Formats: sequence, C-alpha cells, structure tokens
Amino acid sequence: MVSTSHLLILSAVLFSLGIAGVVIRRNAIVVMMCIELMLNAVNVSFVAFARQMGGVDGHLIVFFVMAVAAAEAGVGLALVIALFRHKATVNLDEVNLMKG
Amino acid sequence: MFEQILFYFFAIVAVISAVNVVAGKNPIACAISLIVTLGALAGVFVLQDAHFVATIQVLVYAGAIMVLFVFVIMLLNLGPEDLDKEGRFTRLKGVGVLFAMAGAALLIWNFADYSAAMARIGPGYGGLEQISGKLFTEYIIPFEAISVLLMAAVVGAVVIAKREL
Repeated sequence: MVSTSHLLILSAVLFSLGIAGVVIRRNAIVVMMCIELMLNAVNVSFVAFARQMGGVDGHLIVFFVMAVAAAEAGVGLALVIALFRHKATVNLDEVNLMKG
Repeated sequence: MFEQILFYFFAIVAVISAVNVVAGKNPIACAISLIVTLGALAGVFVLQDAHFVATIQVLVYAGAIMVLFVFVIMLLNLGPEDLDKEGRFTRLKGVGVLFAMAGAALLIWNFADYSAAMARIGPGYGGLEQISGKLFTEYIIPFEAISVLLMAAVVGAVVIAKREL
C-alpha cells in the first residue's frame, strides 16, 4: 500500500516542473504542454485523497478537470494557429502587441 | 511490496519524462515525453484503484489531447530557425525556476510527514458502476455545465482558427 504522502510528493514535483516549464520555455505549444503537466499533477492529488477517504468524489473531479483540459487544449491550439497565421511565429517573446 | 516497487517505477518514469518535457529542444520530443508521463500516471492511478480514471487518462489524454498537440506541431511545421529562438537563460528565468523549486521544497517538506488512516474500500471501488451512479445523480449539474463548456470551446476554437473573421 502506497501512502498518501508519497503521491502528494509526486504531485508537488510534477506541478513544480510544470511551473518551471511555463516560466522558462518560449515556445507556445511547449508552454501549453507544461500546463497539461500541472493539471495532471493536481489529478494525482485528487486520486490520492479519494483513495484515502474511500469515496469516488475525487475521481469525478478528475473527470471534470480532464474535460476542462480538453476544452483548454482545443481553444489554446486554435489560438496558436491563429497566432502563427498572423505573425508566422510561436515564440512568446515576439508576441508583444499589448506590452506596455 | 510489489505495489510499492511498481509505484516507484511509475513515479520515476513520470518525473524523468516530465523533465524531458520542460527541457527538450524539439516540440515533438516534448509531446512524446508528455505521452510517456501521462501513461506512467495512468499506472499510478491503477495502483490507487482508480480504474475508470486510468482508462480515461489513456483514452482522452494520451489518446485525444496529445494527438491534437502532435497534429498542430506537424501543421505548423517549425523549422530549425524557429526552434533556436528559445532565448538565453536570463536572470529573470532563473528567479522563476528558483521560486518553483522553493515551492516544491516547501510542499515536499509539508507532505513528507503527512499520514492518515487509509479508508477500507469495498469491491468495485473506482469502477464504472460507482462513478456513473454518482455522476448522474449527485454531480448532474456540473456534468451538464461541462457539456455547455465543451460546446462553447468547440465554437470558440472554430471561430478563432478560421481563416478570415
């Protein structure tokens, strides 16, 4: 039996890797992949606590998180395609239209 | 004991390929690494008796969402000159990574001695019958809200990616 704390540590490591990726990467598609990584880290926590409590409510929330992630990926990749069509780049440093 | 070994195997695979997602040069390599991470996490979910979640993870995440990512990467067809624009490792990025690592250390320090009694689970825990029984009674309003959200996302994606608005 794996204890809950091991799963929480795995979740924390994956979430921090996702944050680091969002901060240091400049490719828009890779940044979105790092966001997916963070969402999955949170799912690990939900499943761990659901197992510890003995209910399946956490599994349902994971189900909803996955649906939101699918919606986010669809709209985000559409934005990347629109961006590439207008500026011919996916580098986030070159997208500074609204930079003050 | 066997369960522990499997958990450590899946956890190490997930973390190593997650590092590859963050550090990889080629977007396709990042996408493949992310698929490996998602598969390893599906294994972790199975070890936690979350069989339905593990199935959905493989079908929806590793299957559908990652295919969309790979499809878009192939569609954009970035050349080497686009991929080399990743930029230097500036001081600001270093600060960001430092903050992420400090957050990770804080979380790990707090979680390391977390312990609580495991609830006893009956047969069929995490299976389709239990999940759907709750999904269509107690969680029916969030479920309907999710369907509206997906509809809005489909319409939004079509409008945004259209050639002329």
